[in-house]
Amino acid sequence: MSQQMSQRTPLAKVRGLGSAKEGTEHFWKQRLTGVSNLILVCFAIWLVVKLAGADYATVKRTLAKPQNAIPLLLLVISGVIHMRLGMQTIIEDYVQSEGRKVTALMLNSFFTMLVGLTCAFAVLKLSFGA
Amino acid sequence: MAEARRAVERPLSPHLQVYSFLINMVMSIMHRATGAALYFGTLLLAAWLVSAAMGQKQYELVSELFAHPLGKVVLFGYSWALIHHMLGGIRHFIWDTGRGFQIWQVNLLSWLTILGSVTLTIVLWAAALGIRGGF
Repeated sequence: MSQQMSQRTPLAKVRGLGSAKEGTEHFWKQRLTGVSNLILVCFAIWLVVKLAGADYATVKRTLAKPQNAIPLLLLVISGVIHMRLGMQTIIEDYVQSEGRKVTALMLNSFFTMLVGLTCAFAVLKLSFGA
Repeated sequence: MAEARRAVERPLSPHLQVYSFLINMVMSIMHRATGAALYFGTLLLAAWLVSAAMGQKQYELVSELFAHPLGKVVLFGYSWALIHHMLGGIRHFIWDTGRGFQIWQVNLLSWLTILGSVTLTIVLWAAALGIRGGF
């Protein structure tokens, strides 16, 4: 209904979207997660250095704390989005054949989802699990 | 038909070998290379978290692998790639604002990226090993 009411021309609707129909979405998400990664990676480096060589009980107790678990979960989410976008660009640049490209892009999505969910599951298990 | 297809001989654009190596070009390549390495390097983080979630035995096994000289080399490379990619990202943020495009600025930012990443990685490891007295 709103489409019928709209005074906008079809050209105005697609302007700025480009051939991929996503506009600056890819660029913007890469920058957004780049900024969040910058902060969260610094936190993770600090945490890893702090826990290097520590005994298991200490590691488990530290990772289970919300103030550590939440930034770690944020890092995992932000990190895998950034990874997926970055690898997508690499694949689109270097893989010429359409079939191989689509396969590689699918594997990229599967891999990043799998790594992301596995890490997140591990952090949540440390927080809530036995 | 096959002949008609073969007749298409498109000109090739010049590739890497015709350019002399400039520092910003090397940093551009390294930004992508470190990004790709970190993509798979995330498995190290996953191994660390998953083993911690699984139990003491698994965690100690992974810790031993990381503490092995070869493991340490891999971790050192991973941490350098991470820091290098982070500094490269900051360089890109500066460029995103439209600043830093004078040739001398581009060269300076590129050199700062590599010098900064190597220095910070060494400082980080010195600090980490210093705190634990070698782990």
